[in-house]
Amino acid sequence: MASLRLDDIVIHQGQHRLLSLDTTVAPGEVLTVMGPSGVGKSTLLAFIAGFLSPAFEAQGCVLLDATRIDTLPAEQRHVGLLFQDPLLFPHLDVAGNLAFGMVREGTRRQRRARIHDALSSVGLEAFAGRDPATLSGGQKARVALLRVLLSKPRAMLLDEPFSKLDAERRGEIRHWVFERVRDHRLPTLMVTHDEADAQAAGGRILRLTERDTVMGPTDKEERA
Amino acid sequence: MTAGVAYRLVVGVLPWLTIALLSVPVVAGVLGALAPAFGWLPVLGGERLTLAPWRQLFAVPGIVDMARLSLVTGLVSAALSLGLVVLFLGSFLHTPLYRRIQRWLSPLLAVPHAAAAIGLAFLLAPSGWVVRGLSPWATGWAYPPDYAFPGDAWGLSLILGLVVKEVPFLLLMSLAALVQCQARERLSVARSLGYRPLTAFLKGVMPGLYPLLRLPLYAVIAFATSTVDVAMILGPTTPPPLAVAVVGWLNDPTLSMRFMASAGAMLQLLLTLTALLIWWTLERLVARVSRGWCRDGRRQCGDRWLAGMAWLAMRTVLGLMMAALAGLALWSVAGYWPFPAFLPWPPIAHNWLNAADDLVAPVWQSLGVALAATLVSVVLVLGALESETQRRRPMRPWAQLILYLPLLVPSVAFLFGLVMMQAQMGVRPGLGAVIIGHAVFVLPYVFLSLAESYRRLDPRWSQQARSLGAGPWRVFWRVRLPLLLTPLLTAAAVGFAVSIGQYLPTILLGAGRVVTVTTEAVSLASGGDRRLTAIYALLQLLLPALGFMLAMLVPRYVFRRRRDLLPGTD
Repeated sequence: MASLRLDDIVIHQGQHRLLSLDTTVAPGEVLTVMGPSGVGKSTLLAFIAGFLSPAFEAQGCVLLDATRIDTLPAEQRHVGLLFQDPLLFPHLDVAGNLAFGMVREGTRRQRRARIHDALSSVGLEAFAGRDPATLSGGQKARVALLRVLLSKPRAMLLDEPFSKLDAERRGEIRHWVFERVRDHRLPTLMVTHDEADAQAAGGRILRLTERDTVMGPTDKEERA
Repeated sequence: MTAGVAYRLVVGVLPWLTIALLSVPVVAGVLGALAPAFGWLPVLGGERLTLAPWRQLFAVPGIVDMARLSLVTGLVSAALSLGLVVLFLGSFLHTPLYRRIQRWLSPLLAVPHAAAAIGLAFLLAPSGWVVRGLSPWATGWAYPPDYAFPGDAWGLSLILGLVVKEVPFLLLMSLAALVQCQARERLSVARSLGYRPLTAFLKGVMPGLYPLLRLPLYAVIAFATSTVDVAMILGPTTPPPLAVAVVGWLNDPTLSMRFMASAGAMLQLLLTLTALLIWWTLERLVARVSRGWCRDGRRQCGDRWLAGMAWLAMRTVLGLMMAALAGLALWSVAGYWPFPAFLPWPPIAHNWLNAADDLVAPVWQSLGVALAATLVSVVLVLGALESETQRRRPMRPWAQLILYLPLLVPSVAFLFGLVMMQAQMGVRPGLGAVIIGHAVFVLPYVFLSLAESYRRLDPRWSQQARSLGAGPWRVFWRVRLPLLLTPLLTAAAVGFAVSIGQYLPTILLGAGRVVTVTTEAVSLASGGDRRLTAIYALLQLLLPALGFMLAMLVPRYVFRRRRDLLPGTD
């Protein structure tokens, strides 16, 4: 399994240095990035995923194991992405959403079986043909993660993934997502404002500040 | 070549093709008209530069009246339309009445100018529906009265015809601009400070809204000062507005008249530029005068009666349009319809049956040209918008100006030049030239209709798809296009309607070889057969209506099981 290495990352916005970072996320580890709005948390994720806005400039390397990925187009990086909204494509049904991201291996029947298995694993096997708009918030979150996992990512980025879930569902979904990430041994970077998310992730927490933030493996706040 | 490289190539090339389609015909056309205006047109023996065409032009009886008429009708109709739109928005923004009218905008915009003009002419003529409705019980008239409509010497009927079509256009342009200038927030702040709705709008929203409406408004002025089809139907004839006279000179069998026609086309261009300059000066003046007014702290300025006026004027404009179209339908099925009978009774299908054979060719040619021009425009617009999305930078001001170029330069000026160049280069007029000519006018409307939805599409949809391994082509076809299907089809319907309504490019670039329902309707309008004219005008209306119906029904069918994508569920 791969580890995600952020090697001397420096992100500028114009003349202003937004953040600099040098760290490695181990397989199955969830590294939580926290800090006030505007310090560059989501910008860091956008850089890793390949969607950095032209308003920003970034230096440094992103490596998955020994492979440098920051020079590759977004679709070739194999980095899964979960936003605060599940973003299930509204023109496709649930199965269509899962098929969209699935690696094209095996026959159509085998792929359909994989989708069925994935949905069965979360008790949603009866929902394959459903309109995503008819699912509950928790069900959408599950389908969104299944879709990412079926695309066989080698790392995960979570951008405040639980912030729109209601309080009752939040703990349950959070637990379920972290469990899957660990099961698949995916190095994961999570941006959140919520201390409870960070606690539940159980990994290191990087706290970015409004001033130029310099962090390395030694500047971390360890959590048990 | 990988798919990614091919995508970047296509997306890189299409914006330049768009710019070329919008600018090359206009610039080349103006240059093509400029040279003959100074005597240079070797194909007709003009081989030395001279001012003779201009001397000939200024010797035409009534030339000053023609120019004055074009200038005045253009500026007055634009001012009335803007005034009405501003008063209406200021008084009724975000009210149920506004939302109701908003729903009707695209179909109203789709009504071709010529159809609306013919309908108005039938409605308000001495023997029209309005007079029939009032006679004899209110007027005592047993015979049609003696007044000039259409074709009054002041150009009032022309101004009315222009206002009826310009108001929906400016309202539609305002929709996107209101979002862009954060009208809702500005209005909330001003209202919370105690300003009455209209005053809050004029003092709080207009300073942000007007700059965004400036280019559409300039396009309105350019169109109104140089319209040919509407002026042929509603405008005075002795003398006619300048653009109508120029087209007459161009079609004159005496070929040497083309030098003078070129000078006339250039004069039309100067006239439109003068109108724009006058408007620009007035803008500055109003901005200076209103600066103090905006800061004087007065919370109202006759809001109630101005709102009443706006309500009445907007209802009148829309009512006129509806009644005009209903009148067309009646005339198309009218048998013997003596004055002052209000309805033709019994209605007959005879007119339609008689005309059926002659309708086939114009309908097919209209459909063919409109579909091809719309397809070309949609492809180019999608490429330009996709490129903008990829670059993640807003459109530059110069690109915006190019987008409006065909709408700002009087069509009679550059189309005329294109015809000259066509003749010079030995290119045969026909379907291809007409399709390109239509696309020049269709493309800006498709762009303006689609751009706002395209730009507002959440970029995270594409990011999500790409993080799932989809390349840019797949994201475009499988994610962006389906999500934008409804606005895309609406934009295509707008483009289709614009093409159906084109008169001048068809007449000039087709040289009579391409006959559409619009060219037939306009040429019939000057004749005496109201029934046949009504049939062609209705067809002009029905074809775009068909386009809009498809644009509405296709997404409803495709997304019948997708709640979030059903139109009207936002």
